[in-house]
Amino acid sequence: MNALTDNLISPVVLCFVLGIAARWIKSDLAVPEPLYQGLSIYLLLAIGLKGGSALAVTPGGDLILPGAVTLALGIITPVSAFFLMRRCGRLGVEDAAAVAAHYGSVSVVTFLAAVEAVKRTGVELEGFLPALVAVLEVPGIIVALLFANQAGTGKGSWKKALHEVVTGKSIVLLLGGLLIGWACGPQKLEDVQPFFATAFKGALCIFMIELGLAAGKRLRDAGRAGLRLLILGCIIPVLHGVLGVSAGLLAGLSPGGAAVLGAMAGSASYIAAPAAVRVALPGANPAYYLTLALGITFPFNLAFGIPLFQTLANHFSLWL
Amino acid sequence: MALRIPLRKVTIIAERVLRDDLITLIKERGASGWTLTMVEGEGSRGIRASEWEGRNIQIDTLVSSEVAETIMDEVGRRYFKDWSVIVYVADVEVLRKDKYIG
Repeated sequence: MNALTDNLISPVVLCFVLGIAARWIKSDLAVPEPLYQGLSIYLLLAIGLKGGSALAVTPGGDLILPGAVTLALGIITPVSAFFLMRRCGRLGVEDAAAVAAHYGSVSVVTFLAAVEAVKRTGVELEGFLPALVAVLEVPGIIVALLFANQAGTGKGSWKKALHEVVTGKSIVLLLGGLLIGWACGPQKLEDVQPFFATAFKGALCIFMIELGLAAGKRLRDAGRAGLRLLILGCIIPVLHGVLGVSAGLLAGLSPGGAAVLGAMAGSASYIAAPAAVRVALPGANPAYYLTLALGITFPFNLAFGIPLFQTLANHFSLWL
Repeated sequence: MALRIPLRKVTIIAERVLRDDLITLIKERGASGWTLTMVEGEGSRGIRASEWEGRNIQIDTLVSSEVAETIMDEVGRRYFKDWSVIVYVADVEVLRKDKYIG
């Protein structure tokens, strides 16, 4: 219970709530698009640089197992999301594949919130976790689109969608940042630290207001999506999160690292995936996938998922 | 007064993800140039993928009436079913006709 309230009372989460509240009271608050785009570039590059500098001082052998389980999670999570959406959510193939692409990929902001939550408890974290975000981002979307392709419903352009995912700004900035950070190492990065590290959490707060505004709009649609999907939007992150926590611990991550991997696996992408899905599966209804990813699963993870994964990681680590 | 020549202005308003596709399409069908603006609006499709990632695009292109017909047919055939797209045409008068009709 303590972890739960502690997780909720943080600037990042409360800024998200502020965004939702502003939408509800119909405030004229809006984060201008160039600012939002600028902040997303800043955040993604900062994450990449930080992870890259950690990679520079991590022996390659330490990365193989965590990298492999992350890749496996990226392949398993869209499959389970697809079948849950088909069987329990009663969605059509195209809609189920679209939703699965979102759950198969990863939400960078959920990752950040989980890192912050773990750090607040004073637990040590592996510095190379951002590299795992980059690993988890792409395969899930591809696997999910394969489902639709196989069923013959994917009438959109497959090649364009793939291009969209692989060359999208989130993957270019993450991978680019990782490479730059890795090439430069921690010492050379000190020059840019005042910009990328000190202001990071403040920038994240403003980004969260924008996400809150967007999610607030989606929360209104959540009622229309139906109870079934609402429940699935809460069950899938728990299921995938538990899988992620266990896989992380088995791969030798610290309990803190495993909790973050759980949050990553349990999260649903809402930046990379929607663009790719719109191109590949134009017939899928955005009301389902955006509402689930942004309106249900993201707030659920912020409020309950992350503290749950922290607690689970701590308990599981005692048994392993 | 300079000679004014009648032409057609085709306007396409669409989701931003279609930007590159639409530009390729109009050029393939014979447009020699285009102007793109970011716009906002509301229509029959309530919920949109791009709605929180940004605004919609409006592409204007000045073409002959034959080219205008083929562009409109093609946009309708490819995008009306699954995408938020509208397209319309208007009569305009231009100077320097050679810029638009090759």
